[in-house]
Amino acid sequence: MVNQSNKTLNTDITKLVNQPYKYGFSTKIEKDIIEKGLNENVVRLISEKKNEPKFLLDFRLKAFKKWQQMICPEWAHLKFSEIDYQNISYYSAPKAKKKLNSLDEVDPELLETFEKLGISLSEQKRLANVAVDIVFDSVSIATTFREELAQHGVIFCSISEAIQEYPDFIKKYLGSVVPIGDNYFSALNSAVFTDGSFCYIPKNVTCPLELSTYFRINDENSGQFERTLIIADDNSQVSYLEGCTAPQYDSNQLHAAVVELIALENASIKYSTVQNWYSGNEYGLGGVYNFVTKRGLCAGKNSKISWTQVETGSNITWKYPSCLLVGDNTQGEFYSVALTNNYQQADTGSKMIHVGKNSRSRIVSKGISAGKSKNTYRGLVNITNKALGARNFSQCDSLLIGNLSNANTFPFISVQTSTAKVEHEASTSKIGEEQIFYFLQRGISIEKGIELMISGFCKDVFAELPLEFAAEADKLLSLKLEGSVG
Amino acid sequence: MSNIPILEIKNLKASINENEILKSLDLKIYKGEIHAIMGPNGSGKSTLSKVLAGHPAYEVLEGEILFKGKDIITLDPEERSHLGIFLAFQYPIEIPGVSNEDFLRLAYNAKQKFSDKPEVDPLEFLTIINQKLELVEMSPVFLGRNVNEGFSGGEKKRNEILQMILLDSELSILDETDSGLDIDALKTISNGINAFMNKDKAIILITHYQRLLDYVKPTFVHVMQNGKIIKTGNAGLAQELELKGYEWLK
Repeated sequence: MVNQSNKTLNTDITKLVNQPYKYGFSTKIEKDIIEKGLNENVVRLISEKKNEPKFLLDFRLKAFKKWQQMICPEWAHLKFSEIDYQNISYYSAPKAKKKLNSLDEVDPELLETFEKLGISLSEQKRLANVAVDIVFDSVSIATTFREELAQHGVIFCSISEAIQEYPDFIKKYLGSVVPIGDNYFSALNSAVFTDGSFCYIPKNVTCPLELSTYFRINDENSGQFERTLIIADDNSQVSYLEGCTAPQYDSNQLHAAVVELIALENASIKYSTVQNWYSGNEYGLGGVYNFVTKRGLCAGKNSKISWTQVETGSNITWKYPSCLLVGDNTQGEFYSVALTNNYQQADTGSKMIHVGKNSRSRIVSKGISAGKSKNTYRGLVNITNKALGARNFSQCDSLLIGNLSNANTFPFISVQTSTAKVEHEASTSKIGEEQIFYFLQRGISIEKGIELMISGFCKDVFAELPLEFAAEADKLLSLKLEGSVG
Repeated sequence: MSNIPILEIKNLKASINENEILKSLDLKIYKGEIHAIMGPNGSGKSTLSKVLAGHPAYEVLEGEILFKGKDIITLDPEERSHLGIFLAFQYPIEIPGVSNEDFLRLAYNAKQKFSDKPEVDPLEFLTIINQKLELVEMSPVFLGRNVNEGFSGGEKKRNEILQMILLDSELSILDETDSGLDIDALKTISNGINAFMNKDKAIILITHYQRLLDYVKPTFVHVMQNGKIIKTGNAGLAQELELKGYEWLK
C-alpha cells in the first residue's frame, strides 16, 4: 500500500506546491514598444531610441553580426523548444516623462507595482541601507539614494545614463570581461540590451550602502536584456544585490542578461542574486527562460570577487557566474543554492580561471530538486600554467526531494601546474518519507520539517547573503517547497 | 485506575505493500501499566508500533485503535503525537543539517502550542532541556550536533529516550530501545524510563531480551507471533521464554 500512501502524501504536496506565485500579477501601463522581430533595423532603432553615441551602435551591430553566425548552445542538460527570436519584442518601456527628478514623479501605477513586490520606492519608506535601481521591462525607471552615493564619489545609475554621462568608462569596460562573441546569449544581449545598472566605486572608497537592482519583467511578449557593469577601483569595496520577479503567463519570456564585474588592485566586489522569476505552472507551462552570462575579472592583485546566488525561479536557468583570476593573490568565490520544483530545469555552476600566482577560489554549490525537476551543477576549474601556487576548493551537494527529481554534477577540472592544490567534494542526500515521518511523530509539521532541513542544507550559502536578504531567502525556499515530499 | 483504557486495540488487521502483517490483534492497556511485547523476528512487533504511530506506508484493513476511548485511525501521525503518543524508533533517523537542539525545541513547542501553553524561546528551552539531559546522562554537546548524525547506536537510543522525557508523552512505544546497548547504557536508559514512568502514563516495551525487563518491570508480558498476541502473562513469562525459547509456545 505504499503507492496509496504516496498518493495521499502527493495530494498534500500538490496542494501546497500550487500555492499561487505571489508576484504573478501584471501591471497595465501605457508603453512604448518596438514591434516583435529582430533584424539590423531593430538594433538601430533601439540605439536611436536611447540616443546612443556612435561607438555603442557599432558595438551593437558588431554583436548582432556575430550572433547571426552563431547557434544556440546544446551542451547544457536542458530540454526546451526552440526560441523564436522573431516573436519577441526587444523594447518595451513604460511611457514616461523624460527625466525624473524625484521618485514622486514615477507613474503611481509603477510605484504601486513595486509596493506589491515589497519594494518601496516612496521616499519615506525606502529600505534604509540599500540603494535600488529599478528595471521595468526594458528600462530603468528609478534609482534611489543617488545623491547620497555621489557624495562619496560612487556612481550608481542606469547603464543608459552611464552611456550618456560616462562614455569613457563604457568604452573602456563594456565587453571587456564578456566579449561580444563570448557566447550565443551574450552576443544577443550585446546587440539588443536596453538597460541595466552601472556602478563605479572610486579608489579607496568602501561603498556606504548596499547597492541593488530589482528586475521586473512585465510585458508578456518582450524579452528582458539587461546589462550590468560594476567597476571597483583600487582599494574599494562594494556589495551588490539583484532581485527578479515576473508575472505569470502561459508563454515563456526570455531573459538574457550580461553582468560584468571588474575589480582592480585590492578591490572587492560581492554580488548576490535572489532570482525568483515565474517558473511555470505545475505542468511546466510558462515561466521565464533565464540565459545569463555573469563574469568577474579580478584584474588587480589581491582583488576579490564573490558571487552568491539563490536561484528559485525560472522555467530554465542557464547560468555560470565566473571569475577570471588574473592578478596575483586574487580570490574568487561562488556560493549557490539552486532550487527546482515541478518541471523546472537548472543548469548552473561556475568557472574559475586561475592565471595569477597564488590565486584562490572556492565553489560551494547546493542543488535542491523536487517534483519532476532537473538540477545540474556544471563547473570548470582551470588552473593555467602561470598560476603557481593556485588553490581551489569545490563542494557540490545535492538534495533530492521525492522520487521523481533529478540531480547531476559535471565538474571539469584542468590543472597545468604541479604547484596547484585542488580539492573537490560532493554529496547527495535525500529528504524521504522516513525523515518526514520522524518529524511528524515528534509533532512537527511537514512544512516546518522541510524548512528546517532546507535551511540546514543551505546555511553555508545563506551565511554569505547580506543580512536583510538571508531571512528572505530562507522564507522563499521553504515557501517554494512546502509539501513537495512524496 | 480509570475505567477507560489509555489504549485499546480491537481486532486490528494491517498491511504493508499488500502483505497482511497484523492479523486480528487485541490489546488493552491502562494508565500506570508497562506492557512488554516479545516475539520472534517478523512476528509484527515493529509493524504494530508503526501502525500505532500512523506511519503512512501501513494500511489498516480492519479493527479499531482507541486512544483514551477515541478512535485514532484516521488521525495524522502529527495529531497522534500531539495527543500524547510517542514512538522511540528502533532505528532513529539521521537528519543532516538540523541541530538536535533546534529539533528538540521545535518538537517541544509544537506540543506546547497544541496544549495552549506558551512556546519557549531558545534560552528558556536550554534550561528545560539541560535538566532532562541529566536523566539520560547525555552531554550538552549533543545539542549542537545534527539530529542523530554520527551518533553511536547507544547515543541514538538515549536521544530517543530524551525526547520521550521532553515531550512527556502519555503512551510511549519503545521499539527495541535496548538493542545494541552495552550494559552501562542499558542501565542508564532503564533509569531514565523508570524516572519518567508514573501512574498517569503507560509504556509499551518491544524487546527481544529479558535483560531490559530486569531493570524495567513490566506489568504484563505478551508474546506475538504471526501478527497476533498468542500468550499473555506476568514478568515471569519473560523469564520462562528466556529459558525455553519461542518454540516452546508452538
